[in-house]
Amino acid sequence: MPARRPSPHTLPEVAGGGLLDRRLFLRRGLVLATATAAAHTASATPDDDLPWLHEPGAPFTPYGQPSPHERLTARRIGANRAVPGNGVSFTPLEELEGIITPNGLHFERHHNGVPQIDPARHTLTLHGRVKQPLVFDVKSLLRYPMRSQLLFIECGGNSNAGWHQSPIQRPAGSVHGLISCAEWTGVPLSVLLDEAGVEPDARWVIAEGADAGAMNMSIPLAKMREDCLIGLYQNGERLRPEQGYPMRLIVPGWEGVLHVKWLQRLELSAQPVMSRNETAKYTELLPSGKARQFTFTMDCKSLITSPSHGQSLKQPDIYQVSGLAWSGHGRIRRVEVSADGGRSWADAALDGPVLPRCLTRFRIPWRWNGQPAVLKSRAIDERGNRQPERAALVAERGRAGYFHYNGIVAWAIDDDGRVSHTY
Amino acid sequence: MSGCAAPSLTPQENAPHLGRPADPQVLARQRLNVFPDGSGLPTGRGTVAEGGALYARHCAACHGRDARGGSAEELAGAVRPLNDPDADRTIGSYWPHATTLFDFIRRAKPMGAPGTLSADEVYALCAWLLHANGVVPADAVMDAQSLPAVRMPNRDGFIRIEAD
Repeated sequence: MPARRPSPHTLPEVAGGGLLDRRLFLRRGLVLATATAAAHTASATPDDDLPWLHEPGAPFTPYGQPSPHERLTARRIGANRAVPGNGVSFTPLEELEGIITPNGLHFERHHNGVPQIDPARHTLTLHGRVKQPLVFDVKSLLRYPMRSQLLFIECGGNSNAGWHQSPIQRPAGSVHGLISCAEWTGVPLSVLLDEAGVEPDARWVIAEGADAGAMNMSIPLAKMREDCLIGLYQNGERLRPEQGYPMRLIVPGWEGVLHVKWLQRLELSAQPVMSRNETAKYTELLPSGKARQFTFTMDCKSLITSPSHGQSLKQPDIYQVSGLAWSGHGRIRRVEVSADGGRSWADAALDGPVLPRCLTRFRIPWRWNGQPAVLKSRAIDERGNRQPERAALVAERGRAGYFHYNGIVAWAIDDDGRVSHTY
Repeated sequence: MSGCAAPSLTPQENAPHLGRPADPQVLARQRLNVFPDGSGLPTGRGTVAEGGALYARHCAACHGRDARGGSAEELAGAVRPLNDPDADRTIGSYWPHATTLFDFIRRAKPMGAPGTLSADEVYALCAWLLHANGVVPADAVMDAQSLPAVRMPNRDGFIRIEAD
């Protein structure tokens, strides 16, 4: 006879506020409650006369689409009213599970719309401080040896509402959803650089897109050689137009704006170009009046996606706290969760594999007793970088920097189980 | 066990070598990067007065008639300094290099028809915007020599974090 195991409802907590041992997830049959979106009402249907049991289903489709019942799981668009192609769309992080972002839900940042590029008329030119400037057409690049890597891309401006004086009340994805994660496949840039021959004084590579505005950004040559890719495939299929079809730059762990989409030129140079987007934008003003520039790496960060803003807990129960952690410096080593506003912390379980510069899913069981609580998560990466408390980040950087916000995110649960953003 | 290992090839030896030499004349006709030292600037010239007319036609609808901002950001007229929590980040108060104006305007403006302005028109817009920010006088003429010579007020306002 199996030994009788204590109910999770009576297990001792591993940190204040009801956090339970993450190894509880190893138990089969553990039943967890889930936070639900406030607007979502599940209706139970008697299962004895369901129409799909009695009539043939729909025919085949050339390209599958999500169920119409999931149509609310969609990107949320924030664009300039006068210039609808200038803006962002957010990945609805709190609606998704696992670590892979479906291609249709990958976040977007466009400066002047999505170009519809004919691949037969698109080329990549490698020029500047090289021995032989070269032009590659798309068909040729598809014949090069490729590499695949699971990587997050995060906009440098993600989570920028964190700098606001008061906590913004929006769903997690609508604040922090300028991050997505995909398997990117493409040609290592080092191969093309070797083919052209790099001049000894080259230090930078200026990448330029073929959108309306030909956005350009300077990237250190050493990074390009180390691990950058000419991305041709996303999650197994050729890039979507809004992700840079027919090719984009992949710059592992570095801010999204450097992953230049619709890539058409790479100029090697001794100096950065000092483009508008690496001077007037994507720089962070400090309280001193000086600004941080060339802040490339996206720092160590995490976020609880369930429960999160707009969701609610129906009754005191055992809940699965779940979220995402990532670091542009490498692998996530540890994620801790607090249910008492940061007074005590417990280790969350990390779903494997834990990959460098990739999203990592964490989970921890939590017994909510019906009292107000504040949930937080904090990540530590393999280099020892720690996600800072918001107050520490603001003390160091001020509130005018706009970019590179990676402070700890706190969700307040009230005694009715409603979840809101708090500081 | 295999008796002899396959020779290991470096990536470049292994690469297909399918890049074709770029035609220098085709490259020279492209709107390429413009650097702080002026390299990449084309021939041409433009005055503040010419730039004022171009600004009114192409830019004022979004950036405001006086460049103080509208549906698009403010470009001139900074009042609050950069160490103010609500600092005004205009061309004159924040941008470190005047050449960035040429590089950006030529490739990206006007938003409805980017890449359609002539080199003279772009120089003129640079001249007017620099004058609107009090950086150059009303009789300034911008060209491939004078534009990179403009010293921007916030030239030394940046700290390089992950680059030399």
